[in-house]
Amino acid sequence: MNLICIRCPRGCHLTVTREGDEVNVTGNSCPRGIEYGRSEMINPERTLTTTVAIISKDHRRLPVITSKPIPKGRVLDVVKSLKGVTVTAPVHMGDVIVKDALGLGADIIASRSIE
Amino acid sequence: MREVELAIIGGGSAGMAAARGAYENGVKDILIIERAKEYGGILEQCIHNGFGLHTFHEELSGPAYAEKYYGLIKDIPGIRFEYESAVMNIGDDNVLTVQNQEGYEKIKAKAVILSTGSRERSAGAIGLRGDRPQGVYTAGTAQQYLNKEGFLVGKRVFVLGSGDIGLIMARRMTLEGAEVVGVAELMPYSNGLARNIKQCLEDFDIPLYLSHTVKAIHGKKRLESISLIAVDENRKEIPGSEQIIPVDCLLLSVGLIPENELIEDLGIEMDGRTKGSVVDSNYMTTREGIFACGNALHVHDLVDYVSEEGYKCGRAAADYIHNGKETQEKNKSVLHKGISYMVPQYFYKGKDIEFMFRVTGIYKNAKIHVWGEGFDKHLPQLSLVPSEMVKIRLRKEDLEHVNGEIHWEVEE
Repeated sequence: MNLICIRCPRGCHLTVTREGDEVNVTGNSCPRGIEYGRSEMINPERTLTTTVAIISKDHRRLPVITSKPIPKGRVLDVVKSLKGVTVTAPVHMGDVIVKDALGLGADIIASRSIE
Repeated sequence: MREVELAIIGGGSAGMAAARGAYENGVKDILIIERAKEYGGILEQCIHNGFGLHTFHEELSGPAYAEKYYGLIKDIPGIRFEYESAVMNIGDDNVLTVQNQEGYEKIKAKAVILSTGSRERSAGAIGLRGDRPQGVYTAGTAQQYLNKEGFLVGKRVFVLGSGDIGLIMARRMTLEGAEVVGVAELMPYSNGLARNIKQCLEDFDIPLYLSHTVKAIHGKKRLESISLIAVDENRKEIPGSEQIIPVDCLLLSVGLIPENELIEDLGIEMDGRTKGSVVDSNYMTTREGIFACGNALHVHDLVDYVSEEGYKCGRAAADYIHNGKETQEKNKSVLHKGISYMVPQYFYKGKDIEFMFRVTGIYKNAKIHVWGEGFDKHLPQLSLVPSEMVKIRLRKEDLEHVNGEIHWEVEE
């Protein structure tokens, strides 16, 4: 399988092959590429970024990010699950907004502070 | 009249880095003039991640990158931010006319750094044919509406131009429930990063139409459809290839232009290719004491590079404040086949210099040939594409005997 690595802006062209449990990655420039190639072959995952509503003086939306990558097929479900979430300022970067979203093992984290 | 040592116009990634560079090089009286209510500039609406691998060795969202960078300078007493404060004019002797919360003020600075970022090219700038119905937005405007205000600007969306902001917005609007029906790119290759083609389009089965453009838009009050048309190798529309696609929203992701309105009337030499000012290797424009960096100078691919450039610009402005203007003669880069622009345009000898440039086409296993008096180098490059800025560092020893100019070309 030919893949473009998405782990950094360099976008290496990877060739990933699988023999049983053995996954082989070539074309990478760093260890992150091997990690990505393996995961993309076995269980593709994505880090999700989106926003939730916030009540504060100057802001209406709080940008959030998953604490770790989640299965690619569940990304839209997680976005939908956040539609009703509203937080109130102050919020600090790194605060957990939703713990263990949809039981996927990743938290939804504030990706900035809003006073 | 208020006096400061260094005034920095714009508190985004370039401005913050410039303040840090100047401070670390001995300037203790730095004012950052920011027209928004907070620092960070465009990063605040770029909520996706992928920022900061070079600077912080981790992948951050845009707002997180800004907050982390701000953390490096916020407790330094010699660096002050003034928000909701806009520079209206730069006068003689670096006297700035500033409109702020108090009203109107003159501020005199020993040096000024322009870190004003860039603007998006608009429907008018690309001569888009048709009326001007509701539903046509630049990708960055749609991004601001969605990520800052929570408004989705369309339900069935087409994107013209494969710039990164357009790709990112194709994904973002899909996640929020819109249907993105396609992205058209005039060139036979994408202008965005390969990773964004993968994770923003392919992940959601959004088709990318290379060598296509939007011929016209239809609809009076609200956008109703667009005409998509194929183009040949000379970017001429191919008759008969037209198809009508019903959409209620067209996003334009057709490039960024450095914002330089402030210096338009100052007689500063501008570069027709970058649309930014011409600078020397100290990032000084052709007007003494005025410096430029970041997207105001030339449009970058990565915020990390903006921070690096801003930092170097800040250090160089500090040198100028302490030691005055460089006394040696300028040397210049002359561009030949395959090179579309070069920053800095002029340079001084005696230091290693990092040159940043773009190429005009796609090259595999080509060489960058750079030569001048006393040196001649052929630097192999695996892959060169116009959407990726190239950085090449020449050592001071290489440049030692240069006499006025050096030459650059892509060698296939």
